Amino acid sequence: MTKIKHHLTDALLMGYAAGTLPEAFNLVVATHISMCDDCRAALAEFDAVGGEVMMATDAADLAEDSLAATLDKIANAPAAPKVRPRESGVFPTPLQDYVNGDLSAVKWRKIGGGVSQAVLPTSKDATVRLLHIPAGTAVPDHGHRGTELTLVLQGAFVDETDRFGAGDVEVANEDLNHTPVAEPGMDCICLAATDAPLRFNGLMPRIVQRFVGI
Amino acid sequence: MGLYGPDQARQSGAAGTKRLNQTDTSKRMMWVAHVVAIRDRQDREAFAELFAHFAPRVKSFLMKSGTSPDMAEECAQDVMVTLWRKAAMFDPAKASVSTWIFTIARNRRIDILRKQRRPEPEDLPWGPEAEPDQADALALQQETSKLGAALAELPEKQRTLIEKAYFGDLSHSEIAEQTGLPLGTIKSRIRLALERLRHVMK
Ligand SMILES: [Zn+2]
Repeated sequence: MTKIKHHLTDALLMGYAAGTLPEAFNLVVATHISMCDDCRAALAEFDAVGGEVMMATDAADLAEDSLAATLDKIANAPAAPKVRPRESGVFPTPLQDYVNGDLSAVKWRKIGGGVSQAVLPTSKDATVRLLHIPAGTAVPDHGHRGTELTLVLQGAFVDETDRFGAGDVEVANEDLNHTPVAEPGMDCICLAATDAPLRFNGLMPRIVQRFVGI
Repeated sequence: MGLYGPDQARQSGAAGTKRLNQTDTSKRMMWVAHVVAIRDRQDREAFAELFAHFAPRVKSFLMKSGTSPDMAEECAQDVMVTLWRKAAMFDPAKASVSTWIFTIARNRRIDILRKQRRPEPEDLPWGPEAEPDQADALALQQETSKLGAALAELPEKQRTLIEKAYFGDLSHSEIAEQTGLPLGTIKSRIRLALERLRHVMK
């Protein structure tokens, strides 16, 4: 794999460690970390901070029979559920869990301009979708109301800011108006999460937007 | 380096901190041994000791995160059940027991309070040796001791913000409302606190 250049921010890593991000963002973070040893190591530090914050709290009083009740639960606990084995393919396991398979299992819907998407089921506070952008094709010019995370899984795209290859994640906020274009040679597959609807510039895409629910 | 040159006051406290770290590290290594005892021989005494130390703090953490006392009690028990059942998954070269229990408690909180799934990163493929290296484990436990000490020594305002960020469903903007601090200040305070933590960890 080529070297990853664009990583998660400290705020995202800390939010993921603290458990305060929307589920859609958690999926992008977990998928990037599956591909990136640097961010995996950084996350371990943020988890460790969480552990020390927890240990620094004043101990609460437990129920009188707390330990006995817990040992009881242990004695009666059902066997641990089987972990889904990883299928070989393009997607890391957290993403495979949401797709119920790898790339071939994705149910694409065309959203115009040759681009297809598949929205994945998460909690409503943010949305996450897979995007399939044919080689050499542009995603319609759009701005953001909130934060948008775009993780490249295959191929690469280029926008006004830089080039993003497999494993790279672009963290965009309201200030960024960009037109990502997939590099020629290979179709680009991305995982993109937003906590607000995208805002397409130009009339046609906005009408499309109303129908496809971006 | 530039931001936090070692000042005299901090240096004079260093010897005391070092001694503290040694006992704290040996305590952490004992917790690791307890988890191994649970894994290898379902050791109830080891479990009872871990329970006495961790369960009250898990409960406290969950209550500070907005869980009712009854729910927090229930969840703290569940967290300790998970510790027992997943003892074989614990790797002391990757996490201190306190870190591991925190991640279990956090996931339980997401499950209970937000009713959401928690996507976790793919596990790294296991190496040929199943047993983690003792030296790696010791080094990791020492680092976590340092981190705990560094957190305790943070200026009050920075520590409070870090705690709020971890206690829960408090976003940066919600913290701003509660503390009356402008958002930019909070972000820079948290960044400052993290830089300070990193500096101490070096
Ligand atoms: Zn990264």
